[in-house]
Amino acid sequence: MAAPSKRSSRPTSVRKAWRSLSWLGALIVALIAINTAGVLWAGGSWTPKLALDLEGGTQIILEPELAEGQTVSGEQLDQAVSILRQRVDASGVSEAEITTQGDRNIVVAIPGELDDETRQRIESSAKLELRPVILADVASTESVEPTDEADEEATDDAEATETPEPTDASDPAWVTDELQAEYDSFDCASIDEAEANRHPADEPLVTCDTTNTFKYLLGPVEVSGENIVDATNGMVQSSTGVSTGTWAVNLRFDEQGTEDFAEVSTRLFGLESPRNQFAFVLDGRIISAPSMNGIITDGRPQITGSFTQESSKALADQLKFGALPISFTVQSSDTISATLGSSQLQSGLIAGLIGLILVVIYTLFQYRALASVTIASLVVAGVITYLSITILSWYQGYRLSLAGVAALIVAIGFTADSFIVYFERVRDELRDGRALVGAVEAGWKRALRTVIASKAVNLLAAIVLFIFAVGSVRGFAFTLGLTTIIDVIVVILFTHPMLQLLAQTRFFSSGHSWSGLDPTALGAVYRGRAEFRKPAANVTKTKVASSTREAQRRQTIAERKAAELAAVGDTPSNEGKDS
Amino acid sequence: MASRLTTFGNDLYTGKRSFNFVGGRRKWYAIAAVLIILSVLVPVFRGFNFGIEFRGGSQFLISNVAEATQQPAIDAVASVVPDAVARVTIVGDDGVRVQTDQLEAAETREVTTALAEAYDVPESEITSSFVGASWGEDVTRQAIIGLIAFLLFAAIFMALYFRTWKMSAAAILSLFADLVVTAGIYAASGFEVSPAAMIGLLTILSYSLYDTVVVFDKIRENTSWEGDESRRTFPESVNLAVNQTLVRSINTSVVAALPVAAILFIGAFVLGADTLRDISLALLIGILVGTWSTVFIAAPMYSQFREGEPAIKRHDERVLKERGQATGSQEEPAAVGS
Repeated sequence: MAAPSKRSSRPTSVRKAWRSLSWLGALIVALIAINTAGVLWAGGSWTPKLALDLEGGTQIILEPELAEGQTVSGEQLDQAVSILRQRVDASGVSEAEITTQGDRNIVVAIPGELDDETRQRIESSAKLELRPVILADVASTESVEPTDEADEEATDDAEATETPEPTDASDPAWVTDELQAEYDSFDCASIDEAEANRHPADEPLVTCDTTNTFKYLLGPVEVSGENIVDATNGMVQSSTGVSTGTWAVNLRFDEQGTEDFAEVSTRLFGLESPRNQFAFVLDGRIISAPSMNGIITDGRPQITGSFTQESSKALADQLKFGALPISFTVQSSDTISATLGSSQLQSGLIAGLIGLILVVIYTLFQYRALASVTIASLVVAGVITYLSITILSWYQGYRLSLAGVAALIVAIGFTADSFIVYFERVRDELRDGRALVGAVEAGWKRALRTVIASKAVNLLAAIVLFIFAVGSVRGFAFTLGLTTIIDVIVVILFTHPMLQLLAQTRFFSSGHSWSGLDPTALGAVYRGRAEFRKPAANVTKTKVASSTREAQRRQTIAERKAAELAAVGDTPSNEGKDS
Repeated sequence: MASRLTTFGNDLYTGKRSFNFVGGRRKWYAIAAVLIILSVLVPVFRGFNFGIEFRGGSQFLISNVAEATQQPAIDAVASVVPDAVARVTIVGDDGVRVQTDQLEAAETREVTTALAEAYDVPESEITSSFVGASWGEDVTRQAIIGLIAFLLFAAIFMALYFRTWKMSAAAILSLFADLVVTAGIYAASGFEVSPAAMIGLLTILSYSLYDTVVVFDKIRENTSWEGDESRRTFPESVNLAVNQTLVRSINTSVVAALPVAAILFIGAFVLGADTLRDISLALLIGILVGTWSTVFIAAPMYSQFREGEPAIKRHDERVLKERGQATGSQEEPAAVGS
């Protein structure tokens, strides 16, 4: 009875099957071509890059230090990332990865062993502020020399007035009785750097220099450290270009910094000491407080003093790399030994292999020969996943983490899930009395909708996890999302066409007891019902489908009786087959 | 062999054999309610065993030691930070895990050196983590945001896909049962709650919903063309759908659980693969709980939501009446629903 439908659907379904398979072939060839191109010309590789937890290395997560109610902007984060990158690059570490995480944290990932110096560069929270000095116990010997000699004769237009409201940042009116008391009793040893860093920028600050020899009362922040574009050390040159033999630090401000600094230097120049000093405050401590020797409007001041080559270099580095827009603390720091990383990768792979074998055994048990389709589909999915991950790791900087490996293993089961949904649908159709070719087509139509809907839920979960997640969750979510998409591609372009083709073979269409699609085992007794309601030859396919359902629906009780009768009669033969 | 489950599947498909998931819902709800109450009470009394990521602290993991004993680690930590309490656990055959209170970065490095000396391994064999106390807060906050976002989007998606908010509501409610019970199992068993475990928890939401979508798809199919002529009441149709997809539910759950169990096995016995262990543990519990909640909570609840609708009520009453007239009492199939 199945013969007519089989003959009529054979050419189309086979042609469709081969078309799908060629698309899949094209996809795989394209992926291989992209990867080959990457390997040949763009530094790609045939293995995915590994994340730190598999490769070994150090991962440091930095968290901004914020005062109550303060938030960190994306711009500030980006700025901090680029400054940190400079710091790490300056230490000669290659392949360091510095990324933002969520909307506040920064992750620094460095493969291999991390030396203490680099670690310190990263971990020093380093927020640089430029504040004018209002009071100081001892005047500093350092001074700022103008590089622009023409402005030497500028006047002091920022005369401090003794009004209760401070008019500018160097105004002694900032010093209230309370603040004066605090300053008088201030002990340099009591500086809490973390607190100093959170000190509001628009209020005065009492602090000391790094050696605790001088204490200062500083005005509000006038120039922020991120306005420093560059800081270098070098020999001071005379006007004729001859080296003077003294070391200095040359600063370069950006546009905003130039403007602000010009204003400050105009005001400070000519004020009596210590109010002509300008303090560079790093992490709440003064690293340098030179006095203003001129008015600088070109944004290129030079700091001179008793510098050696080393000390000038150190100050230049501090000014250059220390200029984070906001200070950070280390939130977590992981150092993973390389041997542990590789042993974790190994155990992940073993777990994956065991999982795969278990799934294969179970599907063989459940679906017999049909399991070969599952296994082949898993292999195809595996190949596509591997190629995709390798390409992404080359092109997008994806790194396979332990959580990613877990996602890949979990994906074995989730991928096989969609085959089971499909196979069970085909079996349902066989139970309804269809021939195999028709059952495969009808089962596919229903299964595809279910598979896509349920995979959409998985994908949604992966996307949400990826967007909102922190830490290793992201690698997991990304990998899970990727495998979900690949799963759907494989089901459509491989599993279904394979089943369409296999349905044409004698082994499967004859319902061999090992085919997994044996109509007898699937309740062949109900075929009697289909025969009873055998549709006329000229009826359309949908009509057949609906009338089959109709038959099933209307025959519930008679069906049950027939079933019971048949089941009784059929039992011995069934058992004979099974054992 | 194989066809025992197949035959079982056939019987379920035709309705020859049927589990009364919908009709017995009072019983299932009661079981669920007990589980949920226990899951809420246990953490109240026992609390969760939060991992170091939530407490804050430092952790050292020493691999490939010749003799895995605790004392050298305790001495090594004491030599650097005299007043720190070191919790030392032996992992596997040749691994030692040391957890202490939060140490300064410099102290962390000193302890690493001391441990390397104490166990006579190169420093490169030592994995150290330092976690600030706020890290766990961050993870938790993000996880909660993620959870809410996922539930919201999933509810909207399902309401659109199934074209009824009742399915969506039933699915989301059963999802809550999953969450609470999985969390309860964590609290009761004292498994460590780590960020990796939280990933697992969020992933099982997706798995649980996946399972629900597959079953609900069949329910929709069974009930959509049951016009007025149908001989099944609405709850019976729902119940049939759950039974028809039961073999599939079992198969997909087993297949999903097998690789996860493999990760758990390896993660539990191999040194240091904490991430693998934590993710897989949550997933394994979640897959089992998710399958349970779909069958015993989501489907009966959906049926209950719809039974009150006038059209369905009329239909069900007529079906039952006709059945009584046509077949007499001995042919009455097991009454499903209320």
